[in-house]
Amino acid sequence: MKHQSILPVVSKLLTPYILLFALHVQFHGDYGPGGGFQAGVIFAAGFILYGLVFGLEAARRVAPPLVIERAAALGVLLYAAVGVATMIKGGTFLEYGVLAHDAVHGQHYGILLIEAGVGITVASVMIVIFFSFAGRRGRP
Amino acid sequence: MLVTTALAVVRLRSLFATVMLTGIYSFLGASWMFLLDAPDVAFTEAAVGAGISTVLFLGTLSLTTREERPTRFRVLPLIVVLATGAALIYATLDMPHYGDPQAPGHIRVAPEYIADRVPTAGGDVLAVDIENVVTTVLGSYRGYDTLGETTVIFTAGVAVLLLLRRRSGDTGDGA
Repeated sequence: MKHQSILPVVSKLLTPYILLFALHVQFHGDYGPGGGFQAGVIFAAGFILYGLVFGLEAARRVAPPLVIERAAALGVLLYAAVGVATMIKGGTFLEYGVLAHDAVHGQHYGILLIEAGVGITVASVMIVIFFSFAGRRGRP
Repeated sequence: MLVTTALAVVRLRSLFATVMLTGIYSFLGASWMFLLDAPDVAFTEAAVGAGISTVLFLGTLSLTTREERPTRFRVLPLIVVLATGAALIYATLDMPHYGDPQAPGHIRVAPEYIADRVPTAGGDVLAVDIENVVTTVLGSYRGYDTLGETTVIFTAGVAVLLLLRRRSGDTGDGA
């Protein structure tokens, strides 16, 4: 890929929009199609495109595997923590209604938080899997 | 078109073409889901099936060869596949007709989800009030299941790490 110029330029242009679109899908999941899972996959796709074009080392500098691996666990923990938080606030596990004074708002916060958890985990796991597969033969 | 692509995938010897065709197959599947008014599923299929798994297949391909070794034709697997397929098709005959308003899925739980009312311990009801019903179902009504799914994905990631890292001797910090 060293002596090609179209691919790096186009993917450099596209990557921010892919990530932005992922965030849109993440936070717009309440109103349109999408949600944490889809957003996580699209977010990971942005990183994978970057890794494919600029090499694995560059991608690893942008997304250090150590951070990504911890983020994968963080997403699940965030999801479960929402459940525990609702229990502390007097509801049952994952009963979002108690998160705010207004039950409907509580539902919104709860779903937003758990979708964020899903998104973080999915994106991190996809990137981790890509790194492990691509990293097996040294550098691409 | 789906069937044609699937047959081509089976018949082709070149693994590179096969990977590309599986991507096309996923995209066709995604378009089909979209036509069936399931944009959330179509989204996932397009991103995972056509996008990420194709990349992972290509990554695997670069570790192995590009050509499939010719294998001997065997009868028993064909019989097993045909029997399973026939059983599945036979099972679909019992399914309600597509779009049937009297289908069990449409008269049992779906109206509650669309009416958007959560029965609580106190006996009263409260609304989730989110426009995308799929998000409501996944996030609120089926919150436990989604937590389980997330855990499954996390477990899959950990498993891949454990399997691949030890073999390549990669410490993960940019080695």
